[in-house]
Amino acid sequence: MAYTRYVYIWAALIVLTAITVTTASLNFGRVGILVVLAIAAIKSTLVLLYFMHLSSEKRLLLKLLVPIAICTLAIFIGLTFTDVLYR
Amino acid sequence: METRDHSVGARIGMWLFLLSEILLFGGLFLLYAVYRSKHPGDFHAASMELSRFDGTLNTAILLTSSLTAVAAVFSLQELNKPKRTIFFLGATIAFGAAFLVVKAFEWTAKFEHGLYPNAAVLMKRPPGEILYFGLYFTMTGLHALHVIIGMTVLSVILAFIVRGKATQERSAALENAGLYWHLVDIIWIFLFPLFYLIT
Amino acid sequence: MASHAEAAHHAVGPWYLDNGKRPGIRGFITSTNHKRIGILYLVAVLSFFTVAVILGVLMRIQMLSPDSKFLSGQMYNSIFTLHGIIMVFLVVIPGIPTIFGNFFLPILIGGEDMAFPRLNLFSWYLYMTGAAVVLGSILFAKGAVDTGWTFYVPYSIHTTVDVPLAVFGVFLLGMSSILTGLNIVTTTHMMRAPGMTFFRMPLSVWGLYSTAWVQVLATPVIGITMVLILLERVFGIGVFDPSKGGDPLLYQHLFWIYSHPAVYIMILPAMGIISDLFPVFSRKNIFGYKTIAFSSLAIASVGSLVWGHHMYVSGQSDTASIVFSLLTFLVAIPSAIKVFNWIATMYKGSVKVDPPFLYALGFIALFSIGGLTGLVLGALSTDVHTHDTYFVVGHFHYIIFGGMGFGLFAALHYWFPKMFGKTYNYRTATVAFIVLFVGFNLFYMTLLILGWAGMPRRYYSYLPQFTDLQVIATVGSWIMVSGLGLMFGNLLYALFRGKKAEADPWGGSTLEWQIPSPPHAENFESVPIITHGPYVFPGRKEKKE
Repeated sequence: MAYTRYVYIWAALIVLTAITVTTASLNFGRVGILVVLAIAAIKSTLVLLYFMHLSSEKRLLLKLLVPIAICTLAIFIGLTFTDVLYR
Repeated sequence: METRDHSVGARIGMWLFLLSEILLFGGLFLLYAVYRSKHPGDFHAASMELSRFDGTLNTAILLTSSLTAVAAVFSLQELNKPKRTIFFLGATIAFGAAFLVVKAFEWTAKFEHGLYPNAAVLMKRPPGEILYFGLYFTMTGLHALHVIIGMTVLSVILAFIVRGKATQERSAALENAGLYWHLVDIIWIFLFPLFYLIT
Repeated sequence: MASHAEAAHHAVGPWYLDNGKRPGIRGFITSTNHKRIGILYLVAVLSFFTVAVILGVLMRIQMLSPDSKFLSGQMYNSIFTLHGIIMVFLVVIPGIPTIFGNFFLPILIGGEDMAFPRLNLFSWYLYMTGAAVVLGSILFAKGAVDTGWTFYVPYSIHTTVDVPLAVFGVFLLGMSSILTGLNIVTTTHMMRAPGMTFFRMPLSVWGLYSTAWVQVLATPVIGITMVLILLERVFGIGVFDPSKGGDPLLYQHLFWIYSHPAVYIMILPAMGIISDLFPVFSRKNIFGYKTIAFSSLAIASVGSLVWGHHMYVSGQSDTASIVFSLLTFLVAIPSAIKVFNWIATMYKGSVKVDPPFLYALGFIALFSIGGLTGLVLGALSTDVHTHDTYFVVGHFHYIIFGGMGFGLFAALHYWFPKMFGKTYNYRTATVAFIVLFVGFNLFYMTLLILGWAGMPRRYYSYLPQFTDLQVIATVGSWIMVSGLGLMFGNLLYALFRGKKAEADPWGGSTLEWQIPSPPHAENFESVPIITHGPYVFPGRKEKKE
């Protein structure tokens, strides 16, 4: 069936969820947040590319939008931390 | 794809709107980032109060609802089988409802334990935990609101398809509703580890 | 357009009163036509501007003497708060994009309407609702909001006046702004006529386009900030409450993360219009088209990184203050480049100082003063002295009123004949400009001096040594307001009694001058094909692009 492509992505997402829950119990300490965020980023990328069809998107503008949003947010949070970390 | 290219304008508009939603939550993620960096131990302790099972279950529910959502779009745009679309849309909405039910149970459990903003029990906890729960209710609450909005939009699209107003040629609204739903899923993909999986 | 309709309605141009579906005002407020929506915004924005000016006049009357009993302290606080909220959220942020962006963007790019006409009308409904909520908040709870338009915590959390309604109104206005920005970005990408590449678009479009990105990306942050105020007030979530571990400074970060880029939302469209005016009134191509276009994007992006310069003395870390100060100095560069390019455009041009250009020149003078005083505020040491004084008030009125305001007035005088098909009296417009300009500088230059001398802002009284300057400032404000009255009166008169305007009164070269005044409902008889850049004037030998 033509839906199989989407089911595979869904399966990958479920597996990644299982992985992230398991790593959480493994206590990576301070790196832990980076690991779970990385996995969350991978899951989100799968949703963006395949469920939201960005991988087959022709217009460059649409492919740049999410990176722009992430960069903007990263800069907002980063600059705020120049305050919060050094008071 | 022919149909998709005619609706590029609407799709650009929808993606820009999704961008604004990301930035809306972004402000809350900023607060989370700052407060977690200040109180890492408290955040960990507070997160132990949440049920990892419920969180994981909700994650699975939303991920599956994303599958049914994209299946709904696919069924109409590529296969031209509106009846399947209606089935998949119904399933997506049902999963959304299931998510909200689980969330309601979680929140009520917190209320019963006195772990909500300004509650006497919470006020005795260290500041980091107070902030954790303040952010927990705000962020999952705002997310739940978006789940409700998404379910409403999907129901409207469902009605359009039943009435024949949305067809294979005119599927932009369905596709854009799907995009919105996927964003709701993505936000939860981040909320889940940030609140439930703190080490 | 039936010609009998044209003949019958001579009051304000044919299609305004006759839309076919519903006549009169009802036709206006249910129309999705971008030109009508632009007019709706024009009426709304100028009405709210008038209200806010009156509030300003009341403030200046209070400041005529140090023991004036004209306003109580509480009333004064509420008045400057409302003056700020109305000016910032109802006039200056929406102003040019909603009035001239809506009316002219489709025409400037050779299109028929905005990408999302119904969303456009919905944006106006949101705007009006937000305005009603903000103005209505005066009537509820224990009185009008008195926190300053900045709603700083902890006061905004604890004060008993009607903060919730006011911030909810701001939230709605933010939503309206996001939708307008989204519409402008999509329209610019999707609705350009054949041959209209990005680098053949008028610079006013670049101004609107860069602004629209900031509207979409930055506005949500103030949306969530307003929601957080509500949540803190109602539920006590604690994010800004030190007794619960919260940090009030994070409120300021979130607030200014939007509100600083907001001032670029205010100025970039105005700069864009100025960029269109200089070529026309010098009859010469703009100097450095691509530089100006890219500088608009640069100002939009770098300008989103400087918000901490509002917080140098709030308790922010020195590291952050230094970083923000450096970025603040950097963002001045593209703005300065624009000023040089505009002036260079006049060189060896054939300059004609008609009213629109008069306001454009006024813009250059006032924006430059405002910009230079911004450097004083952007530098850490001098900011310690000038923070929260009248120096800041003088600075932002020069930049916002002198910049965006005069840009709006320039646009009004430039596009009035096109929008309404009527001509106004140039001499009266010139006199109005002179009165306005003299009054403006007498008023705001005095504020700069007062601020440097130590006069704090948001105070309803002051030390006796400031009296003379305060009186001069108030008199300046009266002259300024008279100029405003004369200017608007002149245009209003022309609306009803003006002579018919031709299609191209200024010898312009952008697309709007090639269609009738006022434009037909569908803008162009046939889709224009673009073969060259926007500023080409016959009879000049230009360098090849």
